[in-house]
Amino acid sequence: MEATNHLPVDSPNTGSLPTVDVARKLGLLPDEYDRICDILGRKPNFTELSIFSVMWSEHCSYKNSIVWLKTLPRDSERMLAKAGEENAGLVDIGDGLACSFKIESHNHPSALEPYQGAATGVGGINRDIFTMGARPIAQLNSLRFGNIDLPKTKRLLRGVVKGIGDYGNAFGIPTVGGEIYFDDCYNTNPLVNAFSAGIVEVGKVAKATSHGVGNPVFIVGSATGKDGIHGATFASEDISEKSTEKLPAVQVGDPFMEKLLLEATLEIIASGHVIGIQDMGAAGIICSTSEMSAKEGFGMDVNLDLVPTRQANMQPFEILLSESQERMLVVVQKGKEDVIQQIFDKWDLHCAQIGTVTDTGRLHFYRWGQLVADVPAHDLVLGGGAPQYHREYREPAYISEFAKFDINTVADVTAGELKTVAEHLLSHPNICSRKWVYEQYDSMVGTANRSTNAPSDAAVVRVKGAGLPQTDKSIVITVDCNSRYVNANPNTGAQIAVAEAARNIVCTGGEPLAVTNNLNFGNPYVPEVYWHFVEAVKGMGAACSRFETPVTGGNVSFYNQSSDDGPVFPTPTIGMLGLMENPDNRMTLNFGQAGDAIYLIGSTKDDIASSEYLYSFRGVKASPAPAFDIEEEVAVQAAVKQVIKDKLVVSAHDLSDGGLFIALAESAMAGNVGFSIKTDAGLRTDAFLFGENQSRVVVSVSAGQQAAFEAALSASGVAFSQLGEVTSGDFVIDGTTLMTVADAKAAYDNALGTKMS
Amino acid sequence: MKFGVVVFPGSNCDQDAVDALTLMDQEVVKLWHKDHDLQGCDFIILPGGFSYGDYLRTGAVARFSPIMNEVIAHANRGGYLMGICNGFQILAEARLVPGVLLRNTSQKYVCKNIYLKPESKDALLTAGLEKSAYKIPVAHGDGRYFADADTLKQLNDHEQVLFRYCDEFGNVTDEANPNGSLDNIAGVCNAAKNVFGMMPHPERAADIALGNTDGRLILEQLLKAVLV
Repeated sequence: MEATNHLPVDSPNTGSLPTVDVARKLGLLPDEYDRICDILGRKPNFTELSIFSVMWSEHCSYKNSIVWLKTLPRDSERMLAKAGEENAGLVDIGDGLACSFKIESHNHPSALEPYQGAATGVGGINRDIFTMGARPIAQLNSLRFGNIDLPKTKRLLRGVVKGIGDYGNAFGIPTVGGEIYFDDCYNTNPLVNAFSAGIVEVGKVAKATSHGVGNPVFIVGSATGKDGIHGATFASEDISEKSTEKLPAVQVGDPFMEKLLLEATLEIIASGHVIGIQDMGAAGIICSTSEMSAKEGFGMDVNLDLVPTRQANMQPFEILLSESQERMLVVVQKGKEDVIQQIFDKWDLHCAQIGTVTDTGRLHFYRWGQLVADVPAHDLVLGGGAPQYHREYREPAYISEFAKFDINTVADVTAGELKTVAEHLLSHPNICSRKWVYEQYDSMVGTANRSTNAPSDAAVVRVKGAGLPQTDKSIVITVDCNSRYVNANPNTGAQIAVAEAARNIVCTGGEPLAVTNNLNFGNPYVPEVYWHFVEAVKGMGAACSRFETPVTGGNVSFYNQSSDDGPVFPTPTIGMLGLMENPDNRMTLNFGQAGDAIYLIGSTKDDIASSEYLYSFRGVKASPAPAFDIEEEVAVQAAVKQVIKDKLVVSAHDLSDGGLFIALAESAMAGNVGFSIKTDAGLRTDAFLFGENQSRVVVSVSAGQQAAFEAALSASGVAFSQLGEVTSGDFVIDGTTLMTVADAKAAYDNALGTKMS
Repeated sequence: MKFGVVVFPGSNCDQDAVDALTLMDQEVVKLWHKDHDLQGCDFIILPGGFSYGDYLRTGAVARFSPIMNEVIAHANRGGYLMGICNGFQILAEARLVPGVLLRNTSQKYVCKNIYLKPESKDALLTAGLEKSAYKIPVAHGDGRYFADADTLKQLNDHEQVLFRYCDEFGNVTDEANPNGSLDNIAGVCNAAKNVFGMMPHPERAADIALGNTDGRLILEQLLKAVLV
């Protein structure tokens, strides 16, 4: 082979080729080092070893997760790109349009440098969307932090929220929803998962590919600096005291650059001269050159001297691995270089040809006139030569302990306790208003957010943007995961996460279409942690199959654990895309007027397992996941869909954290009204009001529609019951006024702001 | 009447302004910041966003954009010019309206619906507005209006204050002030009353599909006044 004719020079100039010890320091196993030697037919030099270390890191290769990810359902009639095939999932939404959407984590950088960590997470996920030619129209985020009373948590929360805000606000795409939870298990390892969705015309989608010998390869956007080198490797280790020494592994974001890159990228794609394009995220140039080349079996010759850099004398491995933000790799039709150049000149962005496409299937990188690395593209990438492991897994001992929970060991709430529990839950950081967070995000730019003046369980965003054809459709999007449930039972908990996401979309008047997932777990080499992962993937797969919402892609984040705190709760966050064909099908969660009847669709069980009430008010940490039956869930969602479609309900709101009471309170506060309900003598009061058994929805119905509503529910066969009615402002339970809507708002609205001030 | 919306690098509310005016059947074009041609527009809008990233002071770089020469000349000739949010910040930096915009007192970006009380009795933007309070979104980190005592007196004496932040009933209170603006000032005009600047975004409340059309009422008043 060519490589044996002239070995790449070594660099940095260590004088000799790196040993297996160096490989280990770069995060490679001895077996992997041997495999690299086999692939190359010789020992790798330092640059090549660095290349393999990042490309075979968990972050890029999914080596410890892919065998299980492949079990997830990935197909439906609406899928235009298979999971992992492109930068993000692509779903047909009709009218010649497709929605590209994805969620991605930036947990490890955010743990060290919350502001830049979160900001660059937002930047990265949006680039995944617009490299496909889709204009982003909405963002969500899913956040997990430790105990909110710790100063460190407040610092992280402030930094992350400001990072997301400053980046997203300047980039100019609205942040329209999200979720945030606090638990001690996230004290060292916060989770920052960012979601973006964009719209592209079918047939105008850009691909992450490369072909055509002699076609020029461009790097565009920011100059390349020394930030984020080995970031992908860093994200594939436990967080430790030494992690702060890796601060340069955290990248720095520039939303202004990203905005220019967005506009320029969409323009070059529209020009029709782009063969392939991929953003540079984890593992920078080496990742995009290898993945694009491997796609169709081509190669590239790249001269690293031509890469615009931020500092002189960068080593080859530094240029190749840099995770400097706001960059793209573009393969262009030969002869059309000028067209591309003019567009980037217009936007005052770097655009440099750094190489050409070859038919060798190999990547040749040159620096200072010499070949510095010669590696086969195929062997670097997922689905090619990157390793895939079956890891050992074992059920943790605590699972069977949790399952032994006996509700009778917990005293039911007394009448005198009700108000205390109500206030505890309303003001609890996991339940109270997220206003302190979301008011720091521009939620309205783009004039497409239909949720600003109409609250609902999922966000509704009009399909609208510069250059897109007119349509009445909206996307309906949500992110969901109650990780306490997943910790108690990963299989059931993951099913619940999918079910809740679908329920939120259904309660908003949308049709669930597809899923992107962000799988946040601890160290995969710990069998108990890997068991979490395996069980969660199984549960997620089962639920996604049943709801016919295939997984279009996403992100795996392992190593969310520390030497002090152990692993975080397994947190397989579900980002779900739904569609609202007809704007009139929009449903909101706010109660209408006093006198409207309040119903519960679904059945309440004597269950307080894993509820916020049990966990934080009663202090019982060990209990199984709440009751859940997927067939019951499907039936409830079908019934809710029907009554919304038939315009039989005024409001719909699903029950989740805090149970029935919180759902009622949220619907009442949003409508500035109250409610009067009766509890069920056959159930414990705490289970009835605060239990979190799944598959339940609170709806309100105007007096004139009650008969039709009851007839429709009876015909559906789904359990339902009238709870009471909407009042002008008092929260009344069994004839006793607990509080007023104003009292509830006082507890709910500013609880988070007060904690943070 | 032909509207022109200037697009600076980093503008992100330009399309929203175009959409709102298009909804109201107006002719509207985008004007590129590197050009020197206003394309015969009668009414220029500087939209919201983060022009040039706003890494220096907000609006401080955009005022030197090539097209600003023509925009300033247009305003000095008495042509209509309106700056919304970042556009207002650019107007202030260019000294086309009095006062400055400082970091919000909360030190935080804020995006939410607020209420505006129309103030000036004779400015084109507000003279015919009848509601006591208009629900309009704000979205900014640097929206705290400030001016020295002499300037403030001039603004008040000459009906140059366009809007003040108020509660939903039209009461101008501290609680209703989202950013610490002096005397709750949300928008002002120049002495000649052809240049308007405001932090809130009427263009974000112009479409019935978003459930709030108070912004459209303000823009309709403007159209009524300038189309005479």
